[in-house]
Amino acid sequence: MPGAIYAEGLVKTFGEVRALDGVDLDVPESTVLGLLGPNGAGKTTAVRVLTTLLRPDAGKAVVAGVDVLKNPTAVRRSIGLSGQFAAVDEYLTGRENLQMVGQLYQMSGRDAKKRANELLERFNLADAADRTTKTYSGGMRRRLDLAAALVVSPPVMFMDEPTTGLDPRNRQQLWEVIEELVAGGTTLLLTTQYLEEADRLAHDIAVVDHGKVIARGTSDQLKAQTGGERIEVVVHEREHIPAAREILDTHALRGPACEGCTVEEHTRKLTVPVTGGAKLLAEVIRELDARGIEIDDIGLRRPTLDDVFISLTGHAAEGEREPGATDEQPAPDRPGDALQHQPESEEATK
Amino acid sequence: MTATAQAAAPTAPSGRGGISQSITDSLVMAKRNLIRMVRIPEVVIFGLIQPIMFVVLFSYVFGGSIKVPGAGTDAGSYREFLMAGIFAQTVTFATAGASAGIAEDMHKGLVDRFRSLPMTRGAVLTGRTIADLVQTALTLVVLAIVAALVGWAPHDGLGDALAGFGLLLLLGYAFTWIGALIGLSVRTPEAATSGGLIWLFPLTFISVAFVPSQNMPAFLQHVAEWNPFSATVVACRELFGNLPPTYPVPDAWPMQHPVWASLIWSIAIVAVFRTLAVRKYRSATA
Repeated sequence: MPGAIYAEGLVKTFGEVRALDGVDLDVPESTVLGLLGPNGAGKTTAVRVLTTLLRPDAGKAVVAGVDVLKNPTAVRRSIGLSGQFAAVDEYLTGRENLQMVGQLYQMSGRDAKKRANELLERFNLADAADRTTKTYSGGMRRRLDLAAALVVSPPVMFMDEPTTGLDPRNRQQLWEVIEELVAGGTTLLLTTQYLEEADRLAHDIAVVDHGKVIARGTSDQLKAQTGGERIEVVVHEREHIPAAREILDTHALRGPACEGCTVEEHTRKLTVPVTGGAKLLAEVIRELDARGIEIDDIGLRRPTLDDVFISLTGHAAEGEREPGATDEQPAPDRPGDALQHQPESEEATK
Repeated sequence: MTATAQAAAPTAPSGRGGISQSITDSLVMAKRNLIRMVRIPEVVIFGLIQPIMFVVLFSYVFGGSIKVPGAGTDAGSYREFLMAGIFAQTVTFATAGASAGIAEDMHKGLVDRFRSLPMTRGAVLTGRTIADLVQTALTLVVLAIVAALVGWAPHDGLGDALAGFGLLLLLGYAFTWIGALIGLSVRTPEAATSGGLIWLFPLTFISVAFVPSQNMPAFLQHVAEWNPFSATVVACRELFGNLPPTYPVPDAWPMQHPVWASLIWSIAIVAVFRTLAVRKYRSATA
């Protein structure tokens, strides 16, 4: 049985550009699929097709058991959409916006009012409910936009880059809301270019690039595909580097791609590919300690989705990197990229 | 209604569909646009200043020099003649507001939200045109008062006068659908503002609104007499009793039967442009 969101061979071209080039998706009920990809990868186009806003040139899509192309109106009753731009009327108050959406879902005036109140409370907007949304901050607008998408508690939700441009605190808040929602049984398709976001929220991840799904799986599966774990050590004294290296080299995983221990002199950091997990880490710590090597930091690092992304697409995801990720993988086609890793609120493409 | 239940569990509402839903959706959208008009009163105020300016300019600047056939030479007869033209021009200029408003909605992504909702397709546009109709009606009231102050009055009784204003509102409503189509067709709200306006100048000036058609070149004379805008202007002059008794009425059918011509034109414009606009809205991808 196909999932709550199902797509097969979706193709959409805009002139010369193949925005979707045969996309297949299958999202089981009550799960979250993260559609991960850089700007222009086709994420938004996929969402627009699945939410009935755009007719694909080819392919098939079923949402909440209803054929998107044959019966778009029925699909619209079962979905909520929170787009890239906070789609609220800036001259209406938060309350008026939500009531309007409720009424357009064919709620009675009274029900729409009641539901608007509930949502304003839940999204922490009650105090600002009667101000025009023009006066809202970016985070408040996003919350209101999400609230508008939830007016009828739709079984299937689409969120197109829900946290793009939000500050970390607002992003965190929004994540909590989304997690709550999914715990309540909603099926969610989420697009993001934030790897951290996909890692945290999505059960399954589909990596999209140039209109194609180039990899899919759980976050763990994707990471496993990219490579194994590593131990990273930062020694306190520079003169301890050779000794530490000696120890680490004995544990290094040897293979065609692995060249043993790598050293960054200026940061006194040593990195070595390993297998053996926490047990090995403990062993390494004991051995370093036995040789009297003082360490500032040590850790077992697994590949991040950043690493996955780079190894799959040959370039980094734009706009943001995962906190804690190191800059040891320069994007091959964009050498300066590692230096430009500032979280930024980039303008999204249409 | 199942709406109360929807609030709790993830369930989908069932649509009512049909005409009643279409009306409800349109009214919800009209309410939204009216709230916006109240919150941005500048738009309404500027909408008022322009026709008032026209009344004053035409009455006192041109009024003395333009002679209405069949009337005496006093400026008062031109003012009587002029007012229906200004009224009609005012209602058609509401078009620009509709095109700008709709272009802005399309541009800001709000339309994506509306299009993803189970609402009737035409409601976004119908709501906007209804709100514009309300604004037009208010503008007409103010304008009629100003016109009365400079000496205009309807002479054929209240019923006929109201019928005249009815035709004006219908014309204005019809034109907002043209505005809607323009708003959907342009790329930016800025383009919609000028695109919604420029074509109105030839349309309203190549007509019998400000001067009689008799002295125009033959070709323009035909255009002016068959111009849908002229039909409403002449119909209003008749209904208001603003034409001199010996005014030579041109032979063109719409000039001979202006009330019918005005009705037919307006209804035809709504039928054609509403269809085109709703179709464009459906296929619009922003």
